[in-house]
Amino acid sequence: MLIGILALQGAVDPHGEKLKNLGIESRLVKHPKDLTGLAGMILPGGESSTMLHLLKLRGLWDDLKLFVSEKPCWGLCAGAILLANEVTSPNQDSLKAMDIGIVRNAYGRQNESFVSPLKPSSDWMDLESIEGVFIRAPKIKRTGSQVKTLFTFEGEPVMVQEGNKLASTFHPELSESNKLHQYFVKLCQESL
Amino acid sequence: MAFEMKLKTGLAEMLKGGVIMDVVNAEQAKIAEKAGAVAVMALERIPADIRKEGGVARMSPTDKVLEIMEVVSIPVMAKARIGHFVEAMILESLGVDFVDESEVLTPADEQYHIDKFQFKVPFVCGARNLGEALRRIGEGAAMIRTKGEAGSGNIVEAVRHLRALRTQIRRLTTLGREELVNESKELGAPLALVEWVAANGKLPVPNFAAGGVATPADAALCRWLGAESVFVGSGIFKSQDPEKLAHAVVEATTHYQDIKVVSECSKGLGTAMKGLDVHLLKAEERLSERGW
Repeated sequence: MLIGILALQGAVDPHGEKLKNLGIESRLVKHPKDLTGLAGMILPGGESSTMLHLLKLRGLWDDLKLFVSEKPCWGLCAGAILLANEVTSPNQDSLKAMDIGIVRNAYGRQNESFVSPLKPSSDWMDLESIEGVFIRAPKIKRTGSQVKTLFTFEGEPVMVQEGNKLASTFHPELSESNKLHQYFVKLCQESL
Repeated sequence: MAFEMKLKTGLAEMLKGGVIMDVVNAEQAKIAEKAGAVAVMALERIPADIRKEGGVARMSPTDKVLEIMEVVSIPVMAKARIGHFVEAMILESLGVDFVDESEVLTPADEQYHIDKFQFKVPFVCGARNLGEALRRIGEGAAMIRTKGEAGSGNIVEAVRHLRALRTQIRRLTTLGREELVNESKELGAPLALVEWVAANGKLPVPNFAAGGVATPADAALCRWLGAESVFVGSGIFKSQDPEKLAHAVVEATTHYQDIKVVSECSKGLGTAMKGLDVHLLKAEERLSERGW
């Protein structure tokens, strides 16, 4: 099984390392042809405006939009912004793959970045708590009826699932635990 | 007192593969963001002008920094003078996302750099070689940029510094444990960091390139030589068509391995900045010699 990582810009390498730790091969995605044969795709953190700009320049936009509408994918921070149906602060285009509304940089600037333990919202995962690293993070302000909340912080969703898609506003790739990557790999395996 | 290093290097991680552009006002910042810059760097004057006009180069005026922060949604960095921890404190209080303790400005302290562990805001620092990089990381830098020669429009120094770093890192990975103590002494770098680099074959923080990038091909060259991304200073706003060049550098940085893309980006850019022969610069005119 091969999982793709959108590699236009951002925290690409830490996801490759996580997947390698789990014995999963990954491929960096920069061109439409890189999408062939992927079981799923990670859209990493970075700057969503930069990724959006680069996605539209060389024809990756349309193919990726189709891919994320069908296959398992996980958007983190900027990646979650790309997957959301609506993006505000400022308003920007997105792939519209998940029924969520997201607000960019909603906690503030780097001074307001933080680390906090997060508890699973229900018993969906056998896990006490995980570390949540929030960097200039967005907030998920609206979730559609088919969207399940996996983790919250101060009562607001910070990781959600809709079918075979995940969105998180924090960065598990910067923490020790492989648990959430394992969860995504399972989603990909189930969709094969 | 040490703030979470993870948050600092984490932001640096998010910037990888993107281009950070020098800007002096809101208008330039907007051009940079629209062209796909991953962050902008606020400074009083761009390096080529500092070179030409001379005088003391300081932190950007706070109203300019705020004006830039107001108009873009991407991270805003700003330069502080080497050792000028009060400029850094001011920038942190304004809420800038990254401080560049930079040799491009006139140093405020010729002996000590800023104790960067005392800040919540992450720092990027310049380095010409591995020893200098590890000293800065030892003081708390969350990102290293090879210095190159700022405002020269000449890539030769950036290449020299990237190659030096890469060769020195590679060498460390071949040494035995007992050799590392001596190496730490020779490099003038903390042993723990020397050991980390020897074990991992890379710097413990992201490593970008700066100083002399004037064309998309320059940016791609830096990436081939191991830079995880690039800072572009005078190159953009000293060129004939800044908007177009900014776009091209962003694309060439991402697609550096795809020479067809880099070649296409290089078309129709007009004249790049004129540039300087760095060999004709006097020692005191070399910005990269500042800091140790």
